[in-house]
Amino acid sequence: MTTQPTPAATTPATYLALSGPLRLGLGIEYRNVEKRFGPVRALRPTSLEIHPGEFVALLGPNGSGKSTLLRLTAHLARPTAGTILFRGPAGYESGLAARWRLGVVGHATMLYDDLTAEENLQLFARLYQIEGAASIISARLEAAGLAERRSDLVRTFSRGMRQRLTLARALLHGPGLLLFDEPTTGLDSAGCEWLARELGSLHDSGCTIIMSTHQGGEVTALATRTISLESGRIVRDTGSTATLASPDAGRGCAPLLPSP
Amino acid sequence: MSSSRTIWLVVTLIAALWMAAAGYAIFFIAPDEATMHAIQRIFYMHVASAWTAGAAFFFVALAGLLYLIKRDPRYDWAGVAGAETALAFTTVVLVTGPIWAKPIWGIWWTWDPRLTSTFVLWLMYIAYLLIRTLVDDKQRRATLCAVYGIFAFVDVPIVFMTIRWWRGQHPSPVIAGAQPGSGLDPTMKAVLFFTWGATLALFAVLLRARYRLEAIRGLTEELRQQAEDRSPALDLEGRTSAPPQVVGRR
Amino acid sequence: MATHPELAQDRNVSAAPAISSSSDSPLWSGLWAIFAKEVRTELRTRELLVTTAVFALTVVFMFSFSFDPTSEESRHIGPGLLWIAFLFAGTLMLEPAFLREQTNDTLAALRLAPIAPSAILLGKTLANFLFLLITEVILVPVFVVFYNVSVANVLPGLALVCLLGTLGIVIPGTIFSAVTAHARMREMLLPLLLLPVLTPILIAATEATASLLSDPPEWPGMALKLLAGADIIFLTAAYFLFDSMLEE
Repeated sequence: MTTQPTPAATTPATYLALSGPLRLGLGIEYRNVEKRFGPVRALRPTSLEIHPGEFVALLGPNGSGKSTLLRLTAHLARPTAGTILFRGPAGYESGLAARWRLGVVGHATMLYDDLTAEENLQLFARLYQIEGAASIISARLEAAGLAERRSDLVRTFSRGMRQRLTLARALLHGPGLLLFDEPTTGLDSAGCEWLARELGSLHDSGCTIIMSTHQGGEVTALATRTISLESGRIVRDTGSTATLASPDAGRGCAPLLPSP
Repeated sequence: MSSSRTIWLVVTLIAALWMAAAGYAIFFIAPDEATMHAIQRIFYMHVASAWTAGAAFFFVALAGLLYLIKRDPRYDWAGVAGAETALAFTTVVLVTGPIWAKPIWGIWWTWDPRLTSTFVLWLMYIAYLLIRTLVDDKQRRATLCAVYGIFAFVDVPIVFMTIRWWRGQHPSPVIAGAQPGSGLDPTMKAVLFFTWGATLALFAVLLRARYRLEAIRGLTEELRQQAEDRSPALDLEGRTSAPPQVVGRR
Repeated sequence: MATHPELAQDRNVSAAPAISSSSDSPLWSGLWAIFAKEVRTELRTRELLVTTAVFALTVVFMFSFSFDPTSEESRHIGPGLLWIAFLFAGTLMLEPAFLREQTNDTLAALRLAPIAPSAILLGKTLANFLFLLITEVILVPVFVVFYNVSVANVLPGLALVCLLGTLGIVIPGTIFSAVTAHARMREMLLPLLLLPVLTPILIAATEATASLLSDPPEWPGMALKLLAGADIIFLTAAYFLFDSMLEE
């Protein structure tokens, strides 16, 4: 597979321009949220507040509850107990309203292999009822460096390109809250660098970001707050003002794939 | 022994006695039927089982609905208990039917609406139980069973009506002999309802036994989960990775 | 750097100009978008259509060897065989349709979007309906040729039977395929779940087709009513169950 050069970093200004004025992040309040699957306690009663614009890293081993917390926040799962409230600039929003402003990037690409890049984005533009979709889609494809491949099937894309398209899809409707579930999985070091730059720009543009990861590295180093989970409960929370580490700690992404 | 166990022991005893009493009633109290004579006595068990299977069917659909609303695994346990018990009773109906039919009508099977619908129902219960085997994820399994149980419940009236209309299109030779429930001698009616009560009691006992089995499985899972949470995993020789706890004297 | 044409410089605007509607989740737009996506995928790959049509064709063909198509009795059995072929073909087609949503977890992406979950169900049901209908349109002429029946004067009735019958197959079919997507042996499990439930559809559709093909043709009023009734009941049950089905 030929390496596609990763595009130049999208600047915060670009994200602002592409998102419209809704880049003001959403805040989240978890009140005694609990999730059980039968006898298995995936998440014990947890109360937490995430402020708009925070970049939260969720750390923890597999099975610690990170994915569960993200899925609950994304409304893909319903809490067994407790409530999750979203706070927008105008006050509390219902879960349904929050879905309009929510973007999710998981380990799966959530893209249709048999459609072109453009068609994928068009589908989601229709689902999110975005006006002026054509120009927004073009702009996003350019920002992701995929403009020349817009009419190619996603099946033909490399892992890095799919990751960029996935991010473009998640950002299409200008979300104020982004959830990332282990986004560095399967990325090489160039991909990690790109992701770190994008996350940095998103954070600077005011978006609230929650990212789960089980490794440190430059991506995690950008977080303004770290929450560690174990067996479904929060064991450490650095709070909203502390930074995780000095900028030169944990350089490199510990890539799972050797760089080509 | 806890009070609930005592109650259930009593209920089981009652059910056993009732079934025995029903057996006695069927063979010695019920009058001999005019045309069919002795073989007709199977009709009591046949109809009682059919009515109980119908009640079970409703029970399974209700359990499914409650599961979907409340997401409490106990409703799923109740559902599978109901389905297995219902399958047993439905099998009784399907076996006693031909046994009764052959000497009377000379044929093993008739495509009459009731028997045919019962067979479709039997297939659906088997499908329900296959779901239990083939789906590993507990939650998805419970959801699928609940959905199927509800769909089946909604479907069976349609099946019955369609088959009844269909047989109307293809009339079969007129069958001599009483259809169950029509013009029944009062003693027979009494025996029938008595037998029905006995089968319902039996149903309750079987249901509870099966439910308890499922509940114990679920609770064992939970306990195992709690144990794993509290202590690190044991390796093959039973050693933990934590330093050994010395049981010492103070 | 591309400038967003609708960008309002005022940060205090709380409504996004990019999204056109309020926060209620509309059923129809999501439904249509998903249906269009299914059709587009199918046009590109043609996997489902081709395999379904060929399978149904093979079944009808094979039946001709078991039941001599020229004899008078076989002409009575014909409609039944046709509908069994449709039933089997439809059942086989339904599983891959939902499996597509599993490959890259696109189902999660659809559920995340602000559309009603029923839109996902109905969009896919509509797509499955179209595909099965296309298969039937291909099969009926073949059937006419093999079994030497004349359908020219009963085409409207036949079309109606096909429409209602197909709807009856795909509504429970789509919903069961959605939940069996995670089962072992799902290719066998789906038919096992579906076929008993579809008994009334098979009976009514076969009888209706037989009436239309009989000499002289009879209008199958009751059968059509049964089919329509079943369709409505299935649709209602599916609509209410789907939301809770996808929840975790």
